[in-house]
Amino acid sequence: MARITAGVASSHVPLLGVASDFNKDRDDYFGPIFAGYDWTREWEKAEKPDVVILVYNDHASAFDMKIIPTFAIGCGERYKSADEGWGPRAVPDVEGHPDLAWHMAQSLILDEFDMTIINEMDVDHGLTVPLSMMFGKPDAWPCKVVPLAVNVVTYPPPSGNRCWALGEAVRKAVESFPEDLNVQIWGTGGMSHQLQGPRAGLINKEWDNRFLDGLVGDSDHLRRIPHIEYLRETGSEGIEMVMWLVMRGALGKNTRALHRHYHVPCSNTAIGHMVLRPDNGEGLDMTGSDVTAIAAE
Amino acid sequence: MITEDPKHQDIHEYLAEMEDIPGTRVFTAKRARQGYHLNQFAMSLMKDENRAKFKADERAYLDEWPLTEAQKLGVLARDYNKCLDLGGNVYFLSKLFSTDGIPFAEAVSTMTDMKFPEYREMMMRGGRSPEGVRSIKANEAAAAAKKEDR
Repeated sequence: MARITAGVASSHVPLLGVASDFNKDRDDYFGPIFAGYDWTREWEKAEKPDVVILVYNDHASAFDMKIIPTFAIGCGERYKSADEGWGPRAVPDVEGHPDLAWHMAQSLILDEFDMTIINEMDVDHGLTVPLSMMFGKPDAWPCKVVPLAVNVVTYPPPSGNRCWALGEAVRKAVESFPEDLNVQIWGTGGMSHQLQGPRAGLINKEWDNRFLDGLVGDSDHLRRIPHIEYLRETGSEGIEMVMWLVMRGALGKNTRALHRHYHVPCSNTAIGHMVLRPDNGEGLDMTGSDVTAIAAE
Repeated sequence: MITEDPKHQDIHEYLAEMEDIPGTRVFTAKRARQGYHLNQFAMSLMKDENRAKFKADERAYLDEWPLTEAQKLGVLARDYNKCLDLGGNVYFLSKLFSTDGIPFAEAVSTMTDMKFPEYREMMMRGGRSPEGVRSIKANEAAAAAKKEDR
């Protein structure tokens, strides 16, 4: 049976893709940002996920204003890196997992989530930057990816509660897929940032860290945060954090944190990153390694 | 953190709150509708041939789109706050930043009261504090209370 063995949260700032592609990732500015991902890169080498369900938002690349799906799932074989105005990033194509994705689409629709099904699209930095942060610069990405796109640009985006519930339904969908697969779910975007207007540059470290705290353990109070609180406290683009709640919802009642990283600034934003293990008495640690020891390193 | 039941959200209250944040234009349905062609114009700059055409004669390129004169002037002046007021969205407008070949952060800084070096310095120091920029109404109420105290 397919199982969700871990959840990863990460910002997906486009500048990180630039830093990675042009080998600036260890300079004075980017060094402290990338260093926070070193633990995760080593950990991913040991975890070897077969598939990553990658929750992200498109930034006016695959979708313009002609069509605005609230939740969309990529069921295609392969996705190319989008040209966001500077030419496409020189990263490997992203290989999909159409069998799992179509299975998820069916299960989610029966669970009353009205998913948009995408068979062909290009993927932008929202999806490729997290892959670079977690896997570095391989010739091919080491796992398959099911893109799960959430509208967080045109208001209203889905509520945090709805995102969490979608995560719960994703878990059910994955667990009913007969193939034995090690599946991770990643929630990307955030943390606090505002890219527009006279209030641009807003950062709220205290709030961001309380949000990170809230992802750990058995509380689900984060799902009740209204949109206006994200807007007032974390800037107009901080709303991207609702995508982390899809990830958190998919991990079940309880989680343990394996790794945590927070840094300001990266361009206009705060960088947040966290690795979580579902901890529901299901023995989901598939590596056999002593996680407590790794986390303490 | 507030813990409201999102199921009891009134749409009019929701939309009123969106307009109560200082220095912020939330991309509501009203702005999305107003800015549809402006954003689709910006989106067209994803293609190299369109970028070249736009750069060759900005005004002529803009005239091919059903934009209002105010929207066209906002684009020509690179007045991003004006563009946001007229329904632009920063993710779409960012196609214009890349066409101009300027960094995202620099373009963002032009919407504030700071020059880019000053803005960058603010980010290096941890960014803009949310203190005092959470709510227009709350700020007005605080100012009124202060006045009464005198």
